[in-house]
Amino acid sequence: MEQKSIDYMKLIYSFHEEMLRNDFTLVYEGEITHQITKAFTSLAENNMERMSEDTSIKKKVFHVMVECLQNLSKHSEENDLTKYGGGPAGNGIFIVGKLGETTNQQYHVITGNPIENEKMPELLALLEKINELDKEGLKEFYKRQMREGTLSEKGGAGLGLIDIARKTGEKLEYHFVPVDENNSFFLLRTKISRKQLD
Amino acid sequence: MDVIKIKGTDDTPNVILDAQNNIIEYSGRSLPEDVATFYAPIIEWIAQYAKNPNSKTNVVFKLEYFNTASSKMILDILLKFEEIHKDGNEVMISWYYQEDDEDMEEACDEYADIVEIPFQKFSY
Repeated sequence: MEQKSIDYMKLIYSFHEEMLRNDFTLVYEGEITHQITKAFTSLAENNMERMSEDTSIKKKVFHVMVECLQNLSKHSEENDLTKYGGGPAGNGIFIVGKLGETTNQQYHVITGNPIENEKMPELLALLEKINELDKEGLKEFYKRQMREGTLSEKGGAGLGLIDIARKTGEKLEYHFVPVDENNSFFLLRTKISRKQLD
Repeated sequence: MDVIKIKGTDDTPNVILDAQNNIIEYSGRSLPEDVATFYAPIIEWIAQYAKNPNSKTNVVFKLEYFNTASSKMILDILLKFEEIHKDGNEVMISWYYQEDDEDMEEACDEYADIVEIPFQKFSY
């Protein structure tokens, strides 16, 4: 085999090792559609079923995955970043990982999608507001948003992020990576941890 | 009035809207690709029903799961029945949830808080 091919095979192997080392159980980069959402959530459900995962954890992971994937499919289609070396419209990255010791494992759901810089302040304000609120505050915020909010053209109700914070009881972790003068890449990490069961 | 019967799938609920037999029921899972399109005929049916409702209406929700976009549509449905109730008709919401499903029970309490219709909840 040519050296180039060998290097490529080595790259695949190191990618495989990297996934295991980071306990990534699912890594996907590409177009996020409804079919993909259904496939990933049922894959995760089956995996958790096989590991006899706790019902409450299963529900939370399923819920967070649905909301994250639907956010990706609704929001990433606005941005085509191919000319900046990024992905085409409708694309994003989606990762599910498990962290921690077997007795105290956390599920992590990570999403990444491009966002126009001009839309950043609104999203940032929402994320900051969600992270400031406690359980009761989030509940009231959700109820208000459900009453007063309207469905966007893409069918979003502006409730997904609030609900993720409510259901997991964890703060949202996020980061914006600048892509060019007009666009950034928005990364969001949600944790589903066992301690919430107590 | 037309009867609407939608067979549930793994991402859309089972829906029965039957005025003649007085059955209004939503069950299963709701996370459709396009909530607005899925729920539009349902909301329209209730708007028609509101013009000449039965003297007693019992609305059954037996949902296992719904996403946030569907939660908004469920509120829209409940608000339609609230109008029927305000017009002087008897309306009851019967909300079923699985015994250990705190999220579904809490969702019931929240809706009961927002809309002014009597709710009764049942665990199964």
